[in-house]
Amino acid sequence: MQDYGQDELSDVLWRMDISPDNLRRRAAIIAQIRHFFAHLDVLEVDVPVLSQFGVTDPHLSNFVTPFTLGNKVTSLYLQTSPEYGMKRMLASGSGCIYYMGKSFRHEDAGHQHNPEFTMLEWYRIGFDDHALMLEVDALLQGILNTEPADKMTYHEAFLQFADIDINHANKDDLIAALAIDTHYDLSCESIEHILQLIFNLHIEPNIGGSRPCFVYDFPASQAALARLKADEPGYAHRFEVYYKGLELANGYWELTDPKEQAQRFAKDNRYRNKLGLPNTTIDTRLMAALNAGLPDCAGVALGVDRLIMLALGKKHINDVLSFGIDRA
Amino acid sequence: MANFSTNEFKAGLKIMLDGEPCNILENEYVKPGKGQAFNRVKIRKLISAKVLEKTFRSGESVEGADVMDTELAYLYTDGEFWHFMNNETFEQVAADAKALGDNVKWLVENDVCTITLWNGSPIVVTPPNFVEIEITETDPGLKGDTAGTGGKPATLATGAVVRVPLFVQTGEVIKVDTRNGEYVSRASKA
Repeated sequence: MQDYGQDELSDVLWRMDISPDNLRRRAAIIAQIRHFFAHLDVLEVDVPVLSQFGVTDPHLSNFVTPFTLGNKVTSLYLQTSPEYGMKRMLASGSGCIYYMGKSFRHEDAGHQHNPEFTMLEWYRIGFDDHALMLEVDALLQGILNTEPADKMTYHEAFLQFADIDINHANKDDLIAALAIDTHYDLSCESIEHILQLIFNLHIEPNIGGSRPCFVYDFPASQAALARLKADEPGYAHRFEVYYKGLELANGYWELTDPKEQAQRFAKDNRYRNKLGLPNTTIDTRLMAALNAGLPDCAGVALGVDRLIMLALGKKHINDVLSFGIDRA
Repeated sequence: MANFSTNEFKAGLKIMLDGEPCNILENEYVKPGKGQAFNRVKIRKLISAKVLEKTFRSGESVEGADVMDTELAYLYTDGEFWHFMNNETFEQVAADAKALGDNVKWLVENDVCTITLWNGSPIVVTPPNFVEIEITETDPGLKGDTAGTGGKPATLATGAVVRVPLFVQTGEVIKVDTRNGEYVSRASKA
């Protein structure tokens, strides 16, 4: 007989986190999402969640597992999103596709975070970011019964809620607008970090209260894998959606230029060095796919568990998961 | 004392901040999809009793505070110190006026209080949630009023002033909630 601890013997931790009733409602929402894409003729696809390459983004961290291939021990990475695999499929001629399945991020759990979560990601060939925002809004209206979403640029959001014009603000201005007490020295941090704090603490709580809100045209420093705006090179075709305090989705009019993508990955790795993080080997297969040609497309990733939290009125992600990380 | 990383932060953890021991009241982990994670932490400074919100970069470490709560019975005051005793070990601890603060007005002999020790010295004295104290002075009040509407001030043996119903009289012992200083009832007769 195994020696069980007090926790294991207690009546609670073996049970699923979600209630049986909400388990059914969750399944119905998942079915509704699949129906939405079937109707649009977007193809459901699967990508490996275990890949030979990790993510370069300095703020994301892969789970890594050793793997023996022949007589060589190598590492496999649980994917933080299906993006790289899906882009290789797009470049291979898949047409419009969506993935709904698990993604993994090696980070703390919280009310809105579980290290393993369900992600919905889709790509639309020929769409730009604004066309894709309309489609995201249609999905949200269908599932959450929301009014048509609000839309504002990143720049407008800062003007309206933080009373600061980020085109003409220096770091000190931004620190003053942030107006919080930190345990670390903000003046040593990047402008990008301070912008992000203002966004999280002063803008996010004030948008998307009664209906979802799209914020678009993120600064080029936070472009990630979005293309830059031709007319405003300081900004990128990236958008996010917020509703009732949750960051729901993040989308791009995708960068298709392999040279620029290689530069951004290299920049990520330089930043990782600065933070004392190990370098990430750049996904050479993704780079080869971009060289072969990614069709002009827009793509978005949406947190399905968060969407279900909103649909069911739950404040903790564990309330919509079969087993949160504590019980996994 | 050990250091604690932000991923060990939780309500009740005692840490050092600006040279003062603090109690974490709430900890919220925030991780934008693209961006650096941080922790929003609500903290009570244990000596000044100030509550503040502070933002930590996730992964930062802070020094833990050697703070522990102990249950001790109040014995007496010599005017400078208030003396408490552990009823099991008979060990005694003396707290000064700073540690007592406003709570001095709720101290009743033999009541068991929570004494917060930092590096072995008392920094906070928390009285029981309910204390029973005799009224030393209050107006006679209106005859026949039993509903307790309105009320009147009453001075207690410890010096505390509490609003009591009109029917409660000098010499009676009343039960008071020390957390909000409100009258609860007449004390049950022993």
